[in-house]
Amino acid sequence: MKPKALVLQAHGSNRDFDVMDALTLAGADAIGVPLNELRNKKSLLADFQLLVVPGGFSYADALGAGKLLAQDLSAYFADEVSAFVEAGKPVIGICNGFQALVKAGILPGEQKQLQVKNEAKIASGNERPRNDIVTLTFNAEGHFECRWINLKSVSQNCIWTKDLDEVITCPIAHGEGNFQSVENIASEHIALIYVNADGSSANGVYPINPNGSTLDIAGITNAKGNVLGLMPHPENHIYNWQHPRHTRGATSGSGLKLFENGVKYARGL
Amino acid sequence: MSIYKFIIQTKRDTREAGYLKDAHALGFQRLKNVTVQDLYFIEGQLSQAGLQELALKLFTDPVTQSAEWDELPAPPSPPQPDSVILEVSLRPGVTDSVAEQIVRAAHEIGIHGVRRVATGQRFILQFDSSVSIRESVTESVDKKSVSIRESVSESADDIIRLSASLSANLLANNVIQHWTIGAIEPSFPEEVESSGAVEIIPIRELSEAELLSLSKERRAALDLAEMKAIQNYFIAEKRDPTDVEFETIAQTWSEHCVHKTFKAKITLTPSPLPEGEGRRGEGEIDSLIKTYLKSATDKIAAPWVISAFVDNAGIIDFDDEYEISFKAETHNHPSAIEPFGGANTGVGGVIRDVLGVSAKPIANTDVLCFGPQDLDPTTLPDGVLHPRRIQSGVVAGVQDYGNKIGIPTVNGAILYDEGYTANPLVFCGCVGIAPKGKHKKNPQVGDRVVILGGRTGRDGLRGATFSSMTMDAQTGEVAGASVQIGDPITEKGLIDVIVRARDLNLYNDITDCGAGGLSSAVGEMASSIGCDVDLTKVRLKYAGLAPWEIWLSEAQERMVVAVAPEKISALQKLCDTFNTELTDIGSFTGNGALIVRYGEKTVVNMNNEFLHDGIPQRQLKAIIEKPTFDNRTFESRISNIQEHLLSLLSSPNVASKSSVIRIYDHEVQGGTVIKPLTGVEMDAPSDAAVIKPIGTKGVKGIALSNGINPELGKRDAYQMAWSVIDEAIRNAVAVGADPERIAILDNFCWGDPLRPETLGSLVEACRGCHDAALFYQTPFISGKDSLNNEYLGADGLRHAIPPTLLISAIGIVPDINKAISMDLKEANNLIYLIGDFKSVFIRESVSESVYKSVSIRESVSPSVPKSALQVYKALHQTINNGYVKSAHDLSEGGLAIAIAEMCIGGRLGAEINFETSDLFNEVNGCLLVEIRPTDAPAFEKQFANLPLNKIGQVTENPILKLSDTEIPVKELVHAFNPQN
Repeated sequence: MKPKALVLQAHGSNRDFDVMDALTLAGADAIGVPLNELRNKKSLLADFQLLVVPGGFSYADALGAGKLLAQDLSAYFADEVSAFVEAGKPVIGICNGFQALVKAGILPGEQKQLQVKNEAKIASGNERPRNDIVTLTFNAEGHFECRWINLKSVSQNCIWTKDLDEVITCPIAHGEGNFQSVENIASEHIALIYVNADGSSANGVYPINPNGSTLDIAGITNAKGNVLGLMPHPENHIYNWQHPRHTRGATSGSGLKLFENGVKYARGL
Repeated sequence: MSIYKFIIQTKRDTREAGYLKDAHALGFQRLKNVTVQDLYFIEGQLSQAGLQELALKLFTDPVTQSAEWDELPAPPSPPQPDSVILEVSLRPGVTDSVAEQIVRAAHEIGIHGVRRVATGQRFILQFDSSVSIRESVTESVDKKSVSIRESVSESADDIIRLSASLSANLLANNVIQHWTIGAIEPSFPEEVESSGAVEIIPIRELSEAELLSLSKERRAALDLAEMKAIQNYFIAEKRDPTDVEFETIAQTWSEHCVHKTFKAKITLTPSPLPEGEGRRGEGEIDSLIKTYLKSATDKIAAPWVISAFVDNAGIIDFDDEYEISFKAETHNHPSAIEPFGGANTGVGGVIRDVLGVSAKPIANTDVLCFGPQDLDPTTLPDGVLHPRRIQSGVVAGVQDYGNKIGIPTVNGAILYDEGYTANPLVFCGCVGIAPKGKHKKNPQVGDRVVILGGRTGRDGLRGATFSSMTMDAQTGEVAGASVQIGDPITEKGLIDVIVRARDLNLYNDITDCGAGGLSSAVGEMASSIGCDVDLTKVRLKYAGLAPWEIWLSEAQERMVVAVAPEKISALQKLCDTFNTELTDIGSFTGNGALIVRYGEKTVVNMNNEFLHDGIPQRQLKAIIEKPTFDNRTFESRISNIQEHLLSLLSSPNVASKSSVIRIYDHEVQGGTVIKPLTGVEMDAPSDAAVIKPIGTKGVKGIALSNGINPELGKRDAYQMAWSVIDEAIRNAVAVGADPERIAILDNFCWGDPLRPETLGSLVEACRGCHDAALFYQTPFISGKDSLNNEYLGADGLRHAIPPTLLISAIGIVPDINKAISMDLKEANNLIYLIGDFKSVFIRESVSESVYKSVSIRESVSPSVPKSALQVYKALHQTINNGYVKSAHDLSEGGLAIAIAEMCIGGRLGAEINFETSDLFNEVNGCLLVEIRPTDAPAFEKQFANLPLNKIGQVTENPILKLSDTEIPVKELVHAFNPQN
């Protein structure tokens, strides 16, 4: 049976159909569920094997990208999402979804932050390990940017990025993708980094690293490895004709493998 | 009730460098540093813990931000030497979605004491005190401060004056914001309740002069004949109109809504005319639309055109399952006075046009025309924003709406001309897709009149009449209410609701709320069957709106649908799911009358036929002037090809627009096949975009392109029309569109049509449209005009735009896997020039359009070669055969620029043997194509009787060789895009 993927459609999600297309191609049964529908029936989440928080501009980025969606996640679904993550089911947040997962404390830490949702001191980070305090802030260039970049997997622990030998080529489209942390994040959390086309290090150089992220970080995972958050859009490179150099015969760098990893893992659960 | 003020500081705030750069570019050299902080004003009853929680959970990021807060009135900050604190906040009534979200989120996290919220910015400006104020040019930017300069005073006053000037010129816009030196008083959204005041206008007793002054007073932009028609109607009705009725008529009859110039009877006055077929010197034209535009479409009668000129957008056939809609609008006047909001709502408006034909929006296009970015600020007409500020605001507005709503911006252009300084042009286009046969336009008797989406405020009042007038130095102040900020996420909710409601057959008719607001939307839907609505049912943003304001408001993000009563609950459920408001304001009656009530009071009771057909046809005069092209031949005066080429490549109209293109999301929805930037390093300009609509089966795609050439508009509007239609088609064919499946949109931006010469050039452009459309068998499916793009400066002089016709083309690409990009692919491939190069050409008009770049040259009138269509068909055939490796059209800068851009794209060289004096000729109907040597015989065979010229080949060595001139590709890249 095909694993069922819940694609959470928040107020302002806009790459929901893109990622549903990728998940379908990767062998999942992808279903878009509006956030308000899930609010009315929270138990629905348990029927799914994958949880996907897609890209977009939830709440128009008011007060910081992903911030208010994170607030929704904490206010309405803290227990359900915690249980989902605890159960080891694959979760992915892309772009705005990544921002929301980080700001809800689901990444990079464990799900515990969600449960103590109403304690301001936790949100302030006072009681969290300092290398757990991370964020996605404004691009170093100072503006939104849409361009194709290259991604390399550096985590065998993360179920989504495991065995991704080939560099993934896909677009970014964000204004707040600059990954920063109070102290260097533990390397086990780093899942994807921006690299040159040949896989060599970007060394922080724009536009190979398009947003100024520390350590060229493009995506991070939790300790368990079942939750991945990333700024780039592998769901926008699943057909060869999407490749910016397909008219030059380029065929490499598909992002589909990443979704196949998640779906395959879900199938095995 | 207390008011708390939060000040948020962001570490390494990237906005600061941007403001500093802009300030320096505008001449504020003394500004040393800008610190930007965000302000949130909270009204309510809050504990210290609650305040802290707001700061930590909502207002700050744990890594990058810190907050401080105080209850108002706060103690004044201690003054800092050489620095000024300036605070900015939105005016009451301006959409502030962040404030709305704060109220919602505060309640969500359990802080219920938050009642009302306002937002703002705080700027800490530091100045260099070592520079004397007399050396600074800034005061002349802000005319108001000039008088203050007379009195030389101490340095503290100087920097306050500088700050005020900075605020007026860069940091704030009076139209939507208020600002102050020091602490600002926030203005909160008011309680909701409307005023109910209705005025009776005693129109029956007015003299002709009084009628005209009434039109002027209410900014109705109606002429005497129109005012008399209104007077006669009410004399016959034996009563005077309410203000609601009068305003309804003014909006319905505005140029913007009814296109009266394009429907006018035009008398041509004889004038000396050049030779040429079909030119008309005298006689009458009964409606430009009927005579030239619609008639071309009717004569072509393409079976794949599903709807042209009747609905919110034109519709063509895509495949067995889907139809494609396309519309382009302008939002020029609002963008001139509030660039961000103007462009923002321009994008939002055209998206609603596509929603108005029940389609899901899948791509945006944006063509922008600005004044020179390096214009001396002291030469700006009074009340006009600097072109640099207009561009950055407009681009940010397009970015904000398109990116947030999730529609890729895939095609566009940016043009610079001094004529656009006071009147920038902002063309916004949108493409949609819908399953065939699902769009309904048939309200039933008994259906409910339902508003979906945003609430109604005073925003955008009289936008339709405003856009129909010439602007003056006061326009910015008087028409402030005409401009507004968009809310793309609310409109995203509308898309989510409408696409699903369409599939569930929940409505019988749909239209968008654009110019004229409810008056126009409801009036149009009810035009045949009549309706009865109650304005007290309309949900308002704030208090005090008079009934006419509710009825006419152009508040954004609203659609009107006709819904059968039994389907309301299903629609309500959908709306709840997607956070969209549904408001039932009345019913469609079947009695033909337009009845609008305000509670018990009837405020409109008019015959719909009079409202929609009662406008007298305008009688206008046109003089067709002799084109200013000079047909003399002349010697080429280019002495140094390399210098000339590099200077053209780096000139504003030709140089890369990547810094703008990259801030638009052109990948969302995953369907962008040929992207706006292409090639090895993705930094070369594509001729057109190709998209594959997500969810469609098969390999079909859509090509989107445009043609625009104001240089020609200044000289010969008829030839301009031919040229821009050719350009749009040529670009679409270059990427793989089938020339027999291309449809086009017209957008005319002109000056005041009451001036006969101006109208004459409009007539000529329309005639050119007609003739060219027939030549290519390319139908118009929709169009729009924006007239009166003139600015009457305080200097008493008219500042008019060059006559500008934008043609937007949409074409079907039979197989996206065969789409072509313009970058050179492979060394040793052959380069051909296709099309009739010699017969017609314009000499280097680009030299003129590139202001201050190269010497001005004479121009020869361009026309379209007779073979153009056959050439495009042959090109399409050879693309389908797989022979064409790259293709690029000749446009600004001619063959030399085209091959240079192809080299940039492929990072390959080329050896070209071509008459050097012709390298920069701007021609119609010509392209360069790259062919493998092995395919050359078969390719040439397809062009057997067509103009074809093998002019060179691709080389591995990255050097462009034009006869004896050798230019490294690296230098081309650098000139075209200095960022590389």
